[in-house]
Amino acid sequence: AATIVIMLARYAPRAFRAAATVRRSLSALAEEEAFAPLRPAVTMFSEEEVAVRDMVSSWCKAELQPHVREMDREGEMKPEILQSLFANGLMGMEIPEEYGGSGMNFTSACIAVEEVAAVDPSFAILVDIQNTLTNNAIRFWGSQELQDKWLPRLATDTASSFCLSEAGSGTDAFAMKTTAIPSADGSYYTMNGSKLWISNSKEAGVFLIFANAAPEKGYKGITAFVVDANTPGITVGPKERKMGLKASSTCPLTFEDVKIDASCVLGEVGMGYKYAIEILNEGRIGIAAQQLGIAKGAFNATMPYLRERKQFGQAIGDFQGMQHQVAQLATEIHAVETMTYNAARMKENGLPFVKEASMCKLYSSQVAERVASKCIEWYGGVGFTEDIIAEKFYRDCKVGSIYEGTSNIQLQTIAKIIANEWE
Amino acid sequence: MRVLVGVKRVVDYAVKVRVAADKKAVDLSNVKMSMNPFCEIAVEEAVRLKESKAATEVVAVSIGPKQAQETIRTALAMGADRGIHVQTDLRTDQELDSKAVASILSKICADESPDCVILGKQSIDGDFGCTGSMLASLMSVPQCTFAANIDFEKKTVERETDAGTEVVAFPSLPAVFTADLRLNEPRYATLPNIMKAKKKKIATLSASDLGVDLSSGNEVLEVFEPPDREAGVFVETVDELVGKLKDEAGVI
Repeated sequence: AATIVIMLARYAPRAFRAAATVRRSLSALAEEEAFAPLRPAVTMFSEEEVAVRDMVSSWCKAELQPHVREMDREGEMKPEILQSLFANGLMGMEIPEEYGGSGMNFTSACIAVEEVAAVDPSFAILVDIQNTLTNNAIRFWGSQELQDKWLPRLATDTASSFCLSEAGSGTDAFAMKTTAIPSADGSYYTMNGSKLWISNSKEAGVFLIFANAAPEKGYKGITAFVVDANTPGITVGPKERKMGLKASSTCPLTFEDVKIDASCVLGEVGMGYKYAIEILNEGRIGIAAQQLGIAKGAFNATMPYLRERKQFGQAIGDFQGMQHQVAQLATEIHAVETMTYNAARMKENGLPFVKEASMCKLYSSQVAERVASKCIEWYGGVGFTEDIIAEKFYRDCKVGSIYEGTSNIQLQTIAKIIANEWE
Repeated sequence: MRVLVGVKRVVDYAVKVRVAADKKAVDLSNVKMSMNPFCEIAVEEAVRLKESKAATEVVAVSIGPKQAQETIRTALAMGADRGIHVQTDLRTDQELDSKAVASILSKICADESPDCVILGKQSIDGDFGCTGSMLASLMSVPQCTFAANIDFEKKTVERETDAGTEVVAFPSLPAVFTADLRLNEPRYATLPNIMKAKKKKIATLSASDLGVDLSSGNEVLEVFEPPDREAGVFVETVDELVGKLKDEAGVI
């Protein structure tokens, strides 16, 4: 540690200031290390986390896999499969047991999202939004009343949608136009406006809606509401015809004089902008888990073919060109895996994780696209047909670099944090 | 009624196993292990008995290395109440044979006094299918093997045979049952139950402390893969088919 410190002081004065703190903690660490047990690798999971992975992958293989193509073609989620998701505890993973949830940790939720995504990314986004956005937002900021009302339902039978984006506000979320004006006595709000691109809105029984309760205050009026989907005045529009994630409904929502009781406000009025940013930070790790699942799913579905397919008297997997491509992509998948689960652990350990969450969302979506694309090529001509699942992963992964924060906004977020580190 | 269930940790059914370099065993390094599928069916049957109030307690027993506790946890997550881990470093796919396993289980049963023992009909590594019968013999209790349906009211079991099924009666409990494929469809361990299983107890014993002869009656000489399946032959006529079956295959 001493040599490093001297070098830093001589060659990088700015870094030396940061290193001074590191130096003090390094020696404390060194003492600790002498007595500390062996530290686990990022990819070493607890017994329950391994059990989650095993259970979810078995469930996916038996219950989900046989219906994936059909649901993609029909653009519909089968209700029985949705019910089975709930029955097996996948929709309330971090919800405490007393509310009927599974009482597990964030990493377990990411593992579940990853395993589902390796079979059907459409179901993975449903599980991801439910667990990492809706459930957690309500647990973090919801009043006791709101938690008592919704957590049991979210855990057992009610799907949810996260309603932030509008026609005129995607990345610029604060430019939203939907309003929720308080009544004179403050006992209810009247919501008017619309939302666009809302995932799983056809299946959802509850909406987490962001609307401005005080437009004159700009973004500081944005408020989050937990609203029953059956509330009069809410219309779920027709499904978008998407390139991928077809089984997951994506619809516009319209609000016409929707009366919302004040008890539906999540947390404090005017804090919605903050809740949205914060919850999306961890939601990014969930998306990274989904993209990781897509990458692994495509890769694992393609590797056997490289042994099966023979050209010029040998398995195509034996050609060095193929081997190098496989090695490159396997390396990138491994990088995504470690960075995603590391970000999850950082969050669990209460460490700041915004930069790392952005990084893994950014990178995982890029890797998923590269892997899915190459898998089609590895399959050759038949990879271009619906007979092979590779093309579905390719179509499904594209939105990964767009939703829950576009790649450009991730780059911006990462750059800003780094700039602050070097101020 | 107390039900004792045996759960064996085996190579996952989906894994393509390879023979170890020394040709003395299957290569188990870095291979995914899971509960034997027939043991899953046994656990499911036991848990259903508890749910129908016919049983009061389900005890899951596994013999093997430390990781066998993971298999017991899966049984606990499916609904078993407590577990017993009999620790041994002997390879459970070939060094510990059916007789040793049955002897260990009979010692456990002497302590636990179960009213009913349900095992899988066979394990997918050894495939011996002997443990259940040997255990019943050691315990001097009735055995109903290859059970496709167990009726505890009527005290009958529908057994699978090569020719179909037959119904046998068992005079009394305790008895040993071995589960066949059609007995039931095992449940998934739901995520809340995985968490609940953490709180359930697993007692650990050492196989060598039980005073049981653990030596195998068999010696494995060689482990090898079956010969590659060769391509078939197309024939033009039925006569040609009959001719080939008679003269070449020698089966008619």
